[in-house]
Amino acid sequence: MAAVTAVTAAPQQPPRLFRHRKSLIFGGIVLAWLVLWVVLRDTWTLSLGAADLTPLHRWINDVNDAVGASRNSNPVFLYFFNEIRLVIDEFVTFVQALIAQPSFGRPVPVIGWLGVVAIAGFVSLAVAGWRIALLAVAGFVFLGLQGLWQESMDTLSLTLAAVVISLLVGIPLGIWAGLSDRANRVLTPVLDFMQTMPTFVYLAPLTLFFLIGPASATIATLIYAAPPAIRITAHAIRSVPRTTVEASESLGATRNQTLVKVLLPSARKTIVLGVNQTIMAALAMVTIAALIDAPGLGKTVVKALQTLDVGTAFNAGLAIVVLAIVLDRVTTAAASERRTLPRWALFGGAGVTAVCVYLSYTYLWAAEFQSDVEIGSSINKGATAVTEWAQDSLPVLTGGFKDFVTFALINPLQVLLAESPWFLVALVITVLSFMIGGVRSAIVSAVCVALLIATGLWQDSMITLASTLVATVLVMALGIVVGVWMGRSRRADRVIRPVLDAAQVMPAFVYLVPFLALFSASRFTAIIAAVVFAAPVAIKIIADGIRAVSPATVEASTALGSSSWQTIVKVQLPMARGALTLAANQGLIYVLSMVVVGGLVGAGALGYDVVAGFSQGQLYGKGLAAGLAIVVLGVMLDRLTQAAAKRWTN
Amino acid sequence: MARHSVLGTVSAGLVALVVLAGCGGAKVGDTSSGATGDCGTFNLAINPWVGYEANAAVLAYVAEKELKCKVTKKELKEEVAWQGFGTGEVDAVVENWGHDDLRKKYIDEQKTAVSAGSTGVKGQIGWYVPPWLAKEHPDILDWNNLNKYADKFKTSESGDKGQLLDGDPSFVTNDEALVKNLNLNFKVVYGGSETALIQAFRQAEKDKKWVIGYFYSPQWLLNEVKLEKVKLPPYAAGCDADAEKIACDYPDYDLDKIVSKKFADANGPAAQLVKNFKWTNEDQNTVAKYIAEDKMKPEDAAKKWADANADKVKAWLPKA
Repeated sequence: MAAVTAVTAAPQQPPRLFRHRKSLIFGGIVLAWLVLWVVLRDTWTLSLGAADLTPLHRWINDVNDAVGASRNSNPVFLYFFNEIRLVIDEFVTFVQALIAQPSFGRPVPVIGWLGVVAIAGFVSLAVAGWRIALLAVAGFVFLGLQGLWQESMDTLSLTLAAVVISLLVGIPLGIWAGLSDRANRVLTPVLDFMQTMPTFVYLAPLTLFFLIGPASATIATLIYAAPPAIRITAHAIRSVPRTTVEASESLGATRNQTLVKVLLPSARKTIVLGVNQTIMAALAMVTIAALIDAPGLGKTVVKALQTLDVGTAFNAGLAIVVLAIVLDRVTTAAASERRTLPRWALFGGAGVTAVCVYLSYTYLWAAEFQSDVEIGSSINKGATAVTEWAQDSLPVLTGGFKDFVTFALINPLQVLLAESPWFLVALVITVLSFMIGGVRSAIVSAVCVALLIATGLWQDSMITLASTLVATVLVMALGIVVGVWMGRSRRADRVIRPVLDAAQVMPAFVYLVPFLALFSASRFTAIIAAVVFAAPVAIKIIADGIRAVSPATVEASTALGSSSWQTIVKVQLPMARGALTLAANQGLIYVLSMVVVGGLVGAGALGYDVVAGFSQGQLYGKGLAAGLAIVVLGVMLDRLTQAAAKRWTN
Repeated sequence: MARHSVLGTVSAGLVALVVLAGCGGAKVGDTSSGATGDCGTFNLAINPWVGYEANAAVLAYVAEKELKCKVTKKELKEEVAWQGFGTGEVDAVVENWGHDDLRKKYIDEQKTAVSAGSTGVKGQIGWYVPPWLAKEHPDILDWNNLNKYADKFKTSESGDKGQLLDGDPSFVTNDEALVKNLNLNFKVVYGGSETALIQAFRQAEKDKKWVIGYFYSPQWLLNEVKLEKVKLPPYAAGCDADAEKIACDYPDYDLDKIVSKKFADANGPAAQLVKNFKWTNEDQNTVAKYIAEDKMKPEDAAKKWADANADKVKAWLPKA
C-alpha cells in the first residue's frame, strides 16, 4: 500500500532526540505498562462473548433485514442494481459462451481448447515474445492435461470480465487521482477500505443486491481487484517528471494534449503493472467467490475440502497457479519493453490462430479437451501422498516449534494487549504513535482506537493485533534471510521466485488441511498461514532492494576486506532500508488480509467473528463490525509504518 | 527469400492441418442432446456439507431421470440460499438443521419460503470424543466426570483449563454458556471450520490424543471414526429458552426441507418430488460414503443408490 499511497501524512520533522534517550523513554513506557498491567490485569478489558451482541450489532442486523425485505419494491433495486446486474451478467455470460460453456444451442463453447491455446499463444507472441508465448501455450495445454479445462476456462472468463471492468472503471479514476490531489485524498481511504474489508462481510449482501450468479461473483472480485489498478495508475501519472510536463505546457499544449501525448505514454509501463496486479488480485478471489456459486476452479477446491480431499484441491489450486503465472509473465513482459515482431511472424501467427479457432469451432476433437495422457490424477495422488507423509511424520518436530512460538511470543503479547484495561492500551498506542510520527500520527491512532472501541470488539481486536504483530515479525525474519540470499544470487532468485508466486496465488484453503494436522486448530496455525501468504511479497521487495544497492559500493566493501556477513549487515541492508520498511508495511497489510482465513483454523477473535457472521444470520451485524475493526487496524498500522519509514529513510 | 519460404511452410502446414482435421473428427452438433419434459427448471441449492450433497444428488438424479427436469445446482451457504427464495433464484433447500432465525425471517416475516416436511433424517448435535478415549475411559461419556479429566485436554490455546474444541461457524453453539453453567473447568476454543474439527478428531484417534469437541451426526466422518457422544443433562422443551442460562443438551433435530413459496404454490412435478422425498439416516450415510470415501461423483453415487432402491424412489414420484 505504501508504495503508491505516497501522499499520506505530510513530512513530519522528527523530534530531535538522542537515540539512547529515545530508547530510554520507550523502555520506560513499556515498564510502566507492565507494572500497571500487573496491578490492573483483567479489568476493563471490554470483552464480549462469542455469542453476545452489542446494540450496534443488532442495529446492523435490522438494517440488513430491512434492505432484504424491501428489495422487490425499492426503486433503487429495480432501476439501479438490476440494470448493473443485467449488464455484467450479459458480459460474463458472453465471455463464458465464447470459451467455457456450451452456448448458442451447441454442446460446446464457440471456441474450443485448440482455439483458446492458439489465441493465448498468439497474443503472448505479439506482446511478450517467443519465450513467453511458448510458456503460455504450455501452460494452457497443462490445464487441459490436468483434466480441468472447462473449470479453468470458467475461472478465466470470470477473471477476464472482472479485470476488464476493473480497468474500465479504474484507469479513468486513477488518472483523475493522479491529476488532482483532492481526488487522491478522497479515493485513498476508499481504496484502503475496499482492499482490507474482508470479502466474507459483503459476500452475502452482494447476492441480495445482485442476485446469485456471475454478476455477484464478478462484483465481489471487482471490489478487491480494482484498487491496485487505480492506485498504480495514479502513482504512474504522478511520477512523470515535473520537467516533462512543464516542457509540454510551455509549448502551449492543452491539459488534454498533455495527458494524452505526454502523461499517458510516459506512464504506460507502470500502468501495465497495475493491470498485472489487478489480474493477480482477481485470481486471489477465485475460491472465495465460489461460495456464492461462482463457476470454475474455486468450486472444485471448496468441494474437495468438504471431504478433506487435499489431492483434488491441490490439483485445482495448481491450475490457478498456472493461470496466474502465465498471465503474470505475459503482462510483466508487455510492461518491460515494447517489441516489434517481424511482419511475417505476425501474419503467419494470425493465420495459424484463425485456422485453429475455426477447427475448434467445427470439430469435436479441437473443441473438447480429450487426452490419453491425463496427469491430473497423478498430481492428485502425489499431493495426497506428500500430505499424508507430512501429517504422519512431522508433528513431532512442528509441535515443539509451535509451543515455543506460542509461549514465547504470542501469549505474552496477547496477554499484555488483551488483558490490560482498554484505556491503558489506548494511551500506550497513542504515545508510541506520537514518538514514531509526531502529533499527526498520534491523532490518527487515537481516532482508530476510538473506532475499535465503538465496534464493541475491543478485546477481539487486541487478540488479533497480537497475532498480526507476531506474524509480521516472522514475515520480516523470513523476508530478510531469503530476500538477501535472492538479492545476492541470481541463481537462487531464479529458483525461488516461481515458488513465491505459487505461494501467493495457491488458495489458502488447500494448505490449511495439512497445516491443521501439523499444528492443530490454534492461533499459531493461523499465523503460519498468514506467513505463507505474506512472506513472498516481503521477500520479493527485499530481494529487489538488495539488488538495487550499487554494485560499486558492494565491491568497495569487499575490497576493503569485509566478510560477506559484514557486507550484508553494514552495507547492503542499511542501503536497502527503503525496501525493508516497504516490506514491513506490505507484510503487515497482507497478514491482515489473512485474518479471516485464520479464523477458519483456530485464530478466534476478529477472524472467527467475520466467519460466523457470514454463516449465521443473528451474528451478521457482529461480523460486519469485526470486518470494520480489521479495516481500522489496517489503516492504523499502515499509517504508523509509513510514518516510521519516512523518518528512518530520511 | 527466407520470408517467402517461411510463409510457404506455414501455409503448407495449415493446409495439412485442415485436411487432417477434415478426415478424422466428429463435427460439433453431430450428436444432439435429449429434449426436456414439462418439468422445466429446478433450482436446487447445494449447501456445503456431504450429507446435504447426498440428499441433493439423489433428488437431482431422480428429477432429471424420471421427471426430465433441467436441474440447476447452486452451491451456496445456508444464509445465501434462503435469501435466494425471495429473489426467486432458489427453489429448494433439502436438508435444514433447525435455523429458527431463518425460519422466522423468511417463513413468518417475509413469507417467501415454506416448509416441505421432514427428510426422515434425524440430526444430533453435541460433544463428542474419539473412540479410543471412550473405550479406555468409559466414564468420560458422562459430563459429570469431565472435570476429572480437564487437565488432559489442555492445549496451547486453552491456558490452564481443558480445551473444548468448537466452532463450525455454521451452527449455533451454546457451549460457552454450557461450560459456565455446568461449572466445567474447560475453555471453548473456536476451531472455526468443519475441516478443523474433522482433522482434530482424525488425529486424535490415530495418535490417541485427548480431544473433546462439538460435532454432529449424520456426518461422513462417523463412517470412518466412530466418535462417541458425551451425555449432557437431558434436553427438555424450553430449557434452552434463555441463551445465557442454558445447562442442557442440544435438542434432536428433525431435518427438513424448505422450498420457496412460489415453487410450492405452482406444485409442479419437481415440487411434488421434493415434498415426497423421505429416507433414513442409513440411506444418507450410504450415499455420503460413496461421495466422501469412495470419491464417486455425486451423480454416480445417486445412480448407484437409486438403482438399488427403486421402490423407495418410486414412492417419491408424483402420482400422475
